[in-house]
Amino acid sequence: MIDFQTSPQDYKHWKLDFDGPVAYLTMDVNAEATLKPGYELKMNSYDLGVDIELYDAVQRLRFEHPEIKSVVMRSGKDRIFCAGANIRMLGKSSHAHKVNFCKFTNETRNSIEDASEHSHQRYISAVNGTAAGGGYELALATDYIMLIDDGSATVSLPEVPLLAVLPGTGGLTRVVDKRKVRRDRADIFCSIEEGARGQRAVDWRLVDESIKGSIFEEEVAKRAHAFAADSDRPSDAKGVTFTPLNRKIDGDRVQYDLIDIEINRSGRVATVTLKAPTDAAPADLAGAHAQGADFWPLALCRQFDDALLHLRTNETEIGTVIFKTSGNGSLIEAYEKLLEDNADDWLMREIILYWKRTLKRVDMTSRTLVTLIEPGSCFVGILAELIFAADRSYMLDGQIEGDDTPEAKIKLSAFNFAMMPMSNDLTRLETRFLGEPETVERVKAMIGQEINGAEANKLGLVTDAYDDIDWEEDVRLFLEERVGYSPDALTGMEANLRFAGPETMETKIFGRLTAWQNWIFQRPNAVADDGALKLYGTGTRPSYDFNRV
Amino acid sequence: MSESIRADLVEVNYDDLIPNNVDLSNDRRLKKALEEWQPNYIDWWKDMGPEGFQESEVYLRTAVGVDPQGWAVFDHVKMPEYRWGILLAPKEEGRKINFGKHKGEPAWQEVPAEYRSLLRRLIVIQGDTEPASVEQQRYLGKTAPSLYDMRNLFQVNVEEGRHLWAMVYLLQKYFGKEGRQDAEDLLQRRSGDEDRPRLLGAFNEETPDWLSFFMFTYFTDRDGKMQLAALAESGFDPLSRTCRFMLTEEAHHMFVGESGVSRVVEKTCQAMNDAGITDPYDIEAVRKLGVIDLPTIQKKLNFHVSVTEDLFGAEVSTNGASAFEAGLKGRFEETKIDDDHQLHDATFDVWRVVDGQIVQETEPALNAVNARLVYDYINDAAGGVKRWNKLIKKMGIDFDLKMPHMGFNRRIGEFAESFITPEGEIVDEATWTAKEFDYLPNEADLLFLKELMQPEYRQGEYATWIAAPKVGINSKPGDFEYVKIYGSSN
Ligand SMILES: [Fe+2]
Ligand SMILES: [Fe+2]
Repeated sequence: MIDFQTSPQDYKHWKLDFDGPVAYLTMDVNAEATLKPGYELKMNSYDLGVDIELYDAVQRLRFEHPEIKSVVMRSGKDRIFCAGANIRMLGKSSHAHKVNFCKFTNETRNSIEDASEHSHQRYISAVNGTAAGGGYELALATDYIMLIDDGSATVSLPEVPLLAVLPGTGGLTRVVDKRKVRRDRADIFCSIEEGARGQRAVDWRLVDESIKGSIFEEEVAKRAHAFAADSDRPSDAKGVTFTPLNRKIDGDRVQYDLIDIEINRSGRVATVTLKAPTDAAPADLAGAHAQGADFWPLALCRQFDDALLHLRTNETEIGTVIFKTSGNGSLIEAYEKLLEDNADDWLMREIILYWKRTLKRVDMTSRTLVTLIEPGSCFVGILAELIFAADRSYMLDGQIEGDDTPEAKIKLSAFNFAMMPMSNDLTRLETRFLGEPETVERVKAMIGQEINGAEANKLGLVTDAYDDIDWEEDVRLFLEERVGYSPDALTGMEANLRFAGPETMETKIFGRLTAWQNWIFQRPNAVADDGALKLYGTGTRPSYDFNRV
Repeated sequence: MSESIRADLVEVNYDDLIPNNVDLSNDRRLKKALEEWQPNYIDWWKDMGPEGFQESEVYLRTAVGVDPQGWAVFDHVKMPEYRWGILLAPKEEGRKINFGKHKGEPAWQEVPAEYRSLLRRLIVIQGDTEPASVEQQRYLGKTAPSLYDMRNLFQVNVEEGRHLWAMVYLLQKYFGKEGRQDAEDLLQRRSGDEDRPRLLGAFNEETPDWLSFFMFTYFTDRDGKMQLAALAESGFDPLSRTCRFMLTEEAHHMFVGESGVSRVVEKTCQAMNDAGITDPYDIEAVRKLGVIDLPTIQKKLNFHVSVTEDLFGAEVSTNGASAFEAGLKGRFEETKIDDDHQLHDATFDVWRVVDGQIVQETEPALNAVNARLVYDYINDAAGGVKRWNKLIKKMGIDFDLKMPHMGFNRRIGEFAESFITPEGEIVDEATWTAKEFDYLPNEADLLFLKELMQPEYRQGEYATWIAAPKVGINSKPGDFEYVKIYGSSN
């Protein structure tokens, strides 16, 4: 099992140092400490294990260190920044693992960009040597790239010439979309092994600065402090410590404090139940800060994030994920109000941003997502987003005979409007009702109102509503039918349907990359025994099938 | 009418609103669905069922059990009050799937998810034919040649209604909301309606007169029999059990058809003999006797056989292959066929037109299951034609009714593009069109039939063109009031 939980004292590959408002995140990969046997992480190359630590560090920098206003990403190795994803590891991995790996690394890169843009914790990369492939992509995720000018340090994306694959972490898209490198220059850059260095790298906008080795560290520090001075993060606030999650894995059951996962292996379905708070929200912002990692919205989000990563990575055969909620929904509103009313407080902002990223992770999860709204559930505000994140959502209309639990209700809040954009920059409701924007307005007017099954169905908030007599059977029929379909076709279909509306850099990265990269990862030119990925490092030239597809 | 049901026969629960032997009272979901559907069904029946006789009391058979012996009781009942219900043949313990790739596995009690849409489609198509024939026949009561025949018409109609119930039961029980929607749609389509026709061509044709009705119940209900027989082989056990019981009823419909044509033929020959006419083609003279000339009967036969053959679909069909391979729809009398029932290497010879000749070509047997079913149908249907000919011969008339060639007048399948005479000769379009009304009824024929068919509502009396039946229904005497047209006064 791959565990996404870690903490700085357990890091094998990263180190955190602090200098006032500036943090140094130093990559110093331990070549022996691999996630799986069969390869060595030489030259600061990485596998998923390295990236899991990076994700943890990025999260902790945001939450545990409000005083950190800029982060320098650097290397602990001499004349090597990062060599990218380990090629031997890729050559040995199953297709599913490669895809999951690419997806997770992209999400982490996106969260770095999110930190720079929205948390005002700006990332700088101090490229002290070779930054190749994923190494340069890591730098591309930061806001500002400083390249040492020592006559040898380069940035490069050599995947096409060397490996017959693509820069798998959004490299191509970020080069032209984010750094706005001219397409023919980008074409040259991406088709030469040696990449670019010095002034040319600056001229082509591949990096922001090229700096002599003698003053490199000094200049980096200066730049970092200058960025820090522009940040609105507080200097004197107390961070929230990310205490270890209380998670129990017991066969087909995974339990967190606020989340239950039940896996039905023969049905290939996991049911994820998110629970409402049991206690009333703290009276004020200070109370929320005092609760720290136990503050319900943060606690639930952390557990949900981990649950999603666990299911994605460790339960690849579970093709359908059902979301349910349970508990007293009336308590949720007060928590949301604290968040909404204090959105400029650094912690409340971080929690809102964390939910935004986690819900995007839901969108990006290649499982059939089904939300079931039953009596006893609490689809209020942020939790109601799960209805709109799902491929299908069904609501039990009315009560269950012989059970006096009141009928299920949905309650929308500001969180369903503007606060939780998808990667296409629209809200889930805007995306859902792309063809009927007036419906978004209509349901916006219903913020705070209880909406029962029949109304929700009429408004189009759910796929369908069934009464208790039909409920079980109709849901069962849908699930059974679903699990019979080709998982690949479903992944493709769902990913195509989820992101209606405009393209953004994020949608491009995920859309193009997952389609093209995954396809290339299946092609003999890359992965056959005489394909480039397999032959890399052996000195033998791969033999390509030269038919263009 | 409940008091008339003999207690020892009751294995069907008539206490429920909907009679059934599927333990409906303990299935809330199905019960709700059926109870919601039932009023719409009754509305449909009143709207599209027999026109003008909804208040009449008809001596109807109602199924009270599924035992092939003694499964019914008879009583006078108003058709809208008929106890339509859900009746399945008894469950055979340990039944297996007998063909296709799941052969040997236990029969399914639930629909396998991967076959749900295919199966749903099969059930919807079968279900659509049932109300369609009621719609096609709705005006015939007004020209009934006797109360006996009128009663048979209505009996067939209510049972076709019950067949619809049988298919709706499957849709609602096993297919969730989509199935419920299908059940509703079955009540929305209308035979012959331009905007929302029934699914299959033959079920949008008119049944304009009683000769057509008899031909339809003999030939087209026999398609029903073949389809039901193929579905009765299904690995989906509830479908199999449903169809097995429907087959019991279908046999009665074909009896109405075969005996009806037989009585028409008998009366024609009788009248010719009485008048001393020996030439069956002296149509004018025969018609003057108030009976239907044999060549017109042949033309009607040609029409009904050819449109019914189209119901089997294309002879070579991947849909047919999929349904067989999946174990959903077998061949006719599948389990009696001596082969491996999987057909992966087997072949079957299919008739088709090649270079202007009708020849047999070898096809993979799996793709040719429709061909086999329609050929089996043609054999099966030929039996009645033989018996009619025996009767004609016995009556001393020199005439043979003939099954038209399978390629005659086809719109679907191998012969759809060719022009083939009833004798099986390929001709060009112009030749065929010039002779079309030698093969098929023309307007004058239809007009003659229309004028001939005046109602005969008196007890024990029969229209001029049809002989009395040999025995009455449920051994009732000849003058029994099978239909109390204006209801009973008590
Ligand atoms: Fe029928
Ligand atoms: Fe029938």
